[in-house]
Amino acid sequence: MGEDMVKQDVVIKKKYKKRSQIKSIMFRYKKNKLAMVGFVMFIIMIIIAISADLIVDYEIDAVTQNMKERLQTPNSEHVFGTDEYGRDIFARIIFGARISLFVGLITISLSLTGGAIIGATAGYYGGRIDNVLMRIMDIFLAIPSILLAISIVAALGTGIFNLLLAMSISQVPRFARIVRSSILTVKGQDFIEAAKACGTKDSRIIIKHIIPNAIGPIIVQATLTMASTILTISSLSFVGLGIQSPTPEWGSMLSDGKKQMRYYPHLVIIPGIAIMLAVMSLNLIGDGLRDALDPRLKN
Amino acid sequence: MSEKLLEIENLYVEYETDEEIVKAVNGLNLIINKGETLGLVGETGAGKSTTALSIMKLLPEKVGIIKDGSIILGDINITKASDADMRLLRGNSISMIFQDPMTSLNPILTIGEQISEVLELHNKEMKKEDISKRVDEILELVGLPKERKAEYPHQFSGGMKQRVVIAIALACEPKLLLADEPTTALDVTIQAQVLEMMADLKEKLNTSMILITHDLGVVAQTCDRVAIMYAGEIIELGTDKDVFESENHHPYTTGLFGSIPDLTKATKRLNPIDGLMPDPTDLPIGCAFHARCPKCMDICKKNKPKEIKKGSHMIKCHLY
Repeated sequence: MGEDMVKQDVVIKKKYKKRSQIKSIMFRYKKNKLAMVGFVMFIIMIIIAISADLIVDYEIDAVTQNMKERLQTPNSEHVFGTDEYGRDIFARIIFGARISLFVGLITISLSLTGGAIIGATAGYYGGRIDNVLMRIMDIFLAIPSILLAISIVAALGTGIFNLLLAMSISQVPRFARIVRSSILTVKGQDFIEAAKACGTKDSRIIIKHIIPNAIGPIIVQATLTMASTILTISSLSFVGLGIQSPTPEWGSMLSDGKKQMRYYPHLVIIPGIAIMLAVMSLNLIGDGLRDALDPRLKN
Repeated sequence: MSEKLLEIENLYVEYETDEEIVKAVNGLNLIINKGETLGLVGETGAGKSTTALSIMKLLPEKVGIIKDGSIILGDINITKASDADMRLLRGNSISMIFQDPMTSLNPILTIGEQISEVLELHNKEMKKEDISKRVDEILELVGLPKERKAEYPHQFSGGMKQRVVIAIALACEPKLLLADEPTTALDVTIQAQVLEMMADLKEKLNTSMILITHDLGVVAQTCDRVAIMYAGEIIELGTDKDVFESENHHPYTTGLFGSIPDLTKATKRLNPIDGLMPDPTDLPIGCAFHARCPKCMDICKKNKPKEIKKGSHMIKCHLY
């Protein structure tokens, strides 16, 4: 009898093996094949961006003009062809990954943090605080984001730091709105009141109970913003406020190629595909994360 | 036994909206002793939940206002306590069980995390292992296997979820437990189990409990004293014997008993109370029940009845 009980105990323990939260999120994420594809793609891009110096030479291939070899279509020597100044597009793409991915990711994290703080405060406390914060966000939203970014960079001077700051600020209102609306839907639920009845502090309720329950739309918005961010850099570069030529950067490669698009379509197709792959991989990651973070979808 | 734990005196609570003022609680007096269970009975809208929320000071911000009166727990005046003080009280000295266990657990945290959260909040110096040990203990106490603490609320049935909710409420061994219709969302068999368990635990931890319900059967089973509420006032208060067995009753209580079937008598039809609860934005002068009262007298329309006490039994009616 006693032995039986022990045996049963062991069986139960095996069945209800304790998994830590992070482990179980990873477990659920791994099950999602598409999300894993996105994750692998993104990791490959990061590795290429980091080890770009080992693959090609920055000075010779990516920056120095070589008019003899200009506007070649993809061939054995230049895998992706060359641009109108004879620079190897493959080299420029992998060096461009550094700036585009870096700026994109930093912008998203900065604007998401700012937007989450503002949106969460506005949504949770409501009333006057909500009104004041959201009307300020409305003022920002009324200005087109590129114009806002241009004016910020123009005021603070060019440079990668100011560029990041400008683009983050111009994205904050969008995130604030989305975070606020998702918080409003979660705020009224019973378990928030139950948490209050346990004596939980407001900040803890927001961080531990509300945001994790409202994360879905926020993640989707964040991954989608990545694409528009990369394109915004190119617009800023175009007016001379973004990344300065000849530094390779996907967005400006795309807009430079536009002039020759009719005769040499690879000039726009290749950076276009690079941007698309980056955005798609992030989107898949975001989608998978959203599902993995929600234990109700487990099984 | 009869040591005072909670004393509510002359409590008035109003909900102020842009269009109207809703008078939810009107001059409520209540004393709860240590280790005692009080059943708070009444129709929907009688102000039962509002009373509970005022004790927790969780009335909706800017809308729900305590107009007058005092709530005193031990030596703390809750009506005057600051937000920070209230946070220390909630979950620790007073805790609340909500009506619907399906929605009162956070769907994305495991139940173990949710139970340990209360413990962490109120026992800052407690070590992690101790907390996890205590979580195991509490789970066993409410009759759940401790191995299931790593599971999420959606993996439990309704009755089990209510056990988890009760576990959270009792984690810090509160002095006072407010149970707001804890069994309404459960089916009858589970109801009986949960009530029995709550009564057991209450005994073990020597907790006082206010059980809010509109089920007189539940009250008869579990409560030491019963308070009948109508339009924000307590109109009858007494031990369960006073309310269930004595001769004298408030006409409303008589009406309530008339509207539940009695197994020992042959009746063709039940006698429900006619009419509806008075509009809380526009309460009548005199006794709040006079419009529906079968024994209404002239004086009932003019003067508010006073509390008339006979031993432990209190009735608020002009008849006595």
